[in-house]
Amino acid sequence: MISHDNHGLRLAVRYAVLVLVAIIFVFPLLFMVMSSLKPDHQLLVDTGSLRAFLPVGDISFDNYAAAFQRAPISTFVINSVIVTGVTVMLSLAICSLSAFSFVFLRWSGRNLLLSILLATLIVPFETIAIPLLLLVSKLPWLGLDGLEQGWLNSYHVQILPFAADALTIFLFVQYFKDLPSELVEAARVEGASWFQIYLKIIMPLAGPVVATAAILRFLFMYNQYLWPLMVVQSDEYRPVMVGLQYFFQLDTPWGEVMAYLSLITIPVLGFYLMLQRAFIASIASTGVKG
Amino acid sequence: MRQKHHKSRTQAIVKQALTAAAIAGGTLFTGSVQAATDLSLWYHGAGNEVESNIINQIISDFNASQSDWTVSIQSFPQESYNDSVVAAALAGSLPDILDVDGPVMPNWAWAGYLQPLPISEEQIADFLPGTLGFWNDELYSVGLWDAAVALVTRQSILDEFGLRKPTLAEPWTADEFNDALAAIKESGKYEYPLDLGMAWTGEWYPYAFSPFLQSFGGDLIDRDTYRSAEGVLNGEAALAFGEWWQGLFKNDLAPGTSQDPADRDSGFLEGKYAMAWNGNWAAVPMLDTFDDVLFLPAPDFGKGPVIGAASWQFGISGDTEHADGAASFIEFAVNDKYLAAFSDGIGLIPSTPGAAALTTKYAEGGPMAVFYELSEQQGRVRPVTPGYVVQAKVFEKALADIANGADVADTLDSAVDEIEIDIKRNEGYGHD
Repeated sequence: MISHDNHGLRLAVRYAVLVLVAIIFVFPLLFMVMSSLKPDHQLLVDTGSLRAFLPVGDISFDNYAAAFQRAPISTFVINSVIVTGVTVMLSLAICSLSAFSFVFLRWSGRNLLLSILLATLIVPFETIAIPLLLLVSKLPWLGLDGLEQGWLNSYHVQILPFAADALTIFLFVQYFKDLPSELVEAARVEGASWFQIYLKIIMPLAGPVVATAAILRFLFMYNQYLWPLMVVQSDEYRPVMVGLQYFFQLDTPWGEVMAYLSLITIPVLGFYLMLQRAFIASIASTGVKG
Repeated sequence: MRQKHHKSRTQAIVKQALTAAAIAGGTLFTGSVQAATDLSLWYHGAGNEVESNIINQIISDFNASQSDWTVSIQSFPQESYNDSVVAAALAGSLPDILDVDGPVMPNWAWAGYLQPLPISEEQIADFLPGTLGFWNDELYSVGLWDAAVALVTRQSILDEFGLRKPTLAEPWTADEFNDALAAIKESGKYEYPLDLGMAWTGEWYPYAFSPFLQSFGGDLIDRDTYRSAEGVLNGEAALAFGEWWQGLFKNDLAPGTSQDPADRDSGFLEGKYAMAWNGNWAAVPMLDTFDDVLFLPAPDFGKGPVIGAASWQFGISGDTEHADGAASFIEFAVNDKYLAAFSDGIGLIPSTPGAAALTTKYAEGGPMAVFYELSEQQGRVRPVTPGYVVQAKVFEKALADIANGADVADTLDSAVDEIEIDIKRNEGYGHD
C-alpha cells in the first residue's frame, strides 16, 4: 500500500515536472499565435498578464491579412523551402558519402583530412562571409540564360556554399563508426561495389542520423539571415528571415510580426514532426553509446 | 503568260521580302535610337505600403516623362538596408541610384559608394539645411523630407503645474526644464515625468540625445578637425551633460534602458508620462488622442536649443556609368508635388516651404507646422564625417551605460579612446 502511494507520488511529481517543462517550451509559441490574433493595442496591454496566452478580447485574422499585404510572404516561404530543401538533400548526400569514405575506405591521409575538416568547426561563418561574397560575385554560372558572371541574386548562391559542412560529416562519421564492420566485409566478400554498400547497406541503417542531420541542417538553413542579406538584392529570391525585416518600421506592427512568425514557423514544425521519431531515436542512441 | 505570271510572282515575293527587310531594319534602327537606358534604384522602404506607392508613382511619372531613361526600383527593409548596400559595394553590384540615411552619407561618399550629385543649386536653394548632404564641400545627396524631434506634452499639463509654454524664441532654460520635471515627479500623478524613448535603440540615441550634449556645449567629435573627440566628448560640458543625464534615471524622472517598447509606443497616450521626447512621425496619433497636445522646442542647456536633423536622402552610386540619368531622376523627384505627397502620406517634414504649403499638416497654421520651424531653426546635422557610423555606436553605448549607473567621467573617457582609435585606424577618414 505504502509502495503504491510512493509510486503514485513519484508519478505525480514526474508529470508535474514534465508539464512545467512543456509549459516553458509551449508558452512562447502560444504567445506568438495568440498575439497574432489581437490588435496591436490589445497585444501590448495583454503582455503584462496571462491574457497574453489566451484567445481573449478582440480576436481576428486581420493581422494575417495585413501581413500578406505588407510583404510577399508566399514568395519568401517558397524561396526558403526551395533553398532549405535542396541544401538539406545535397548536404545529406555529400556529407554521408564523405563520411562513408572516411570510415570505410582505406586511403592515405584520410585521418589528417578529417581532422582539418573538423577544425573548420571553430571558424565562425562571419569570418569567411566577406571573402566568400567576393568569390561568389565573380564566379561564372551556366544557367538557362547561358553563361553568366556572378552568382548574386539566385537560389544557387544561397545553396551551394552550404551543400556540405563539417558538422554533418562528423555526425555521419560517428554514426558509421558504430555500425558493425562485419556488414561491410560480408558485402565485399559477396562482390558488392563500394557504392552498392553505401546505398543498399549503410544508408538504410542510417535513418536516425539522417533525421538528425536533416533537422539540424534544415534549422540552420531556414534561419539563414546574414548570407542572403549579403547576396540577394531582389524580392524574387529573398528568404523568410530577411523578409521579417519588412515588418520593423518606425511604428512596428507587432500583431503582424506575430502573424508572420506564426506563418513561417509552420514549415519548421511540420518538418520536425515528420522526423521527430527518428530524431529522438538518434539522440537517444547517441546518449547510450556516449 | 505562264512565264510572265511566274516572273511577276517572283518580283512580288522579292518586293515583299525587301519591304519586310526594310520594315525590320527600320524597326531595329528606330528601336536602337529610342531604347531607353535602364537605371536601377535601391530604396529602404520595403514593407511600407504608403511609401512604396509614392516612390512607385514618382518612378512611373519619370519613366513616362521622357524616353532616355527607365528607372526600376528594388526595395529593401530599412533595418537591413545599410548592410545590403555595403555588401553590394564589396561585390561590385551597386545600383545607379540609392537612398542613404543623412548621417551615413559621408561614410559612403568617403568609401566611394556615392559620387557628387550634379544637380543645379537653384533647384535646392530653398531646401531645409538638414535635407542636403554635403561632404568635402560637394553635394552628394538630397532628401525629400526631414524629421524633427519635439518635447511633446499637453496644455492641460502645463496649466496643472503652472508651467510657462516655451516658444522657439524663448525655449525653456535648463533650470525651467529640470524644475518642471521635479514638480511633475513630486505630484506622483505620472509613472514618470518624461519619456525619452530609451526602448528605441540604435540611431535613435545619437539622433535624439546628442543634441542635449550639444546644447550643453559638448559634441561627439571636434567639428573643426573631425580628428579628435578629446575635450569635446569628455570635457567639462560633456561631464555636466553626463551628470544631468544620469540624474534623469537615478531620480526616476525618466524610464531607463529597460523600458518596455510598448510603453514607448503608447505610454504618453495612456497618461503614464507627462512629457515625451518624440519625433514628428509619431505626432498623428497624439493629435488624434488629445485636443490640447503641444509640440515644444528643445530646452536650452546653455549653448542654444538643438535637435537632430537629416533623414533619408537620394544619391548617385559611385559605380554608375549613368550619373546624368541618375541626376535627372533625382531632379525630377525633388518636385514640390512629390515632397508634399510624401509628407501627406507618411507624416514627414517636406523639404521646402513650397511643398509645406501644399500639405495638410505642415501648411501655415497646420497642426504640425511647428515641426517645420523646429527643423529650420533648431536642426543640426550629426557630425559630417565618415567616422560618424562608429561614433554613433560608441555614443549609444556610453549613454546606455551612464543611464545604468556607470561612472560618467570614466565612461566618456573610454568613449573618446574608442573613437580616437577608430579614427587612427582609418587614417583620419580623409580629414586633413
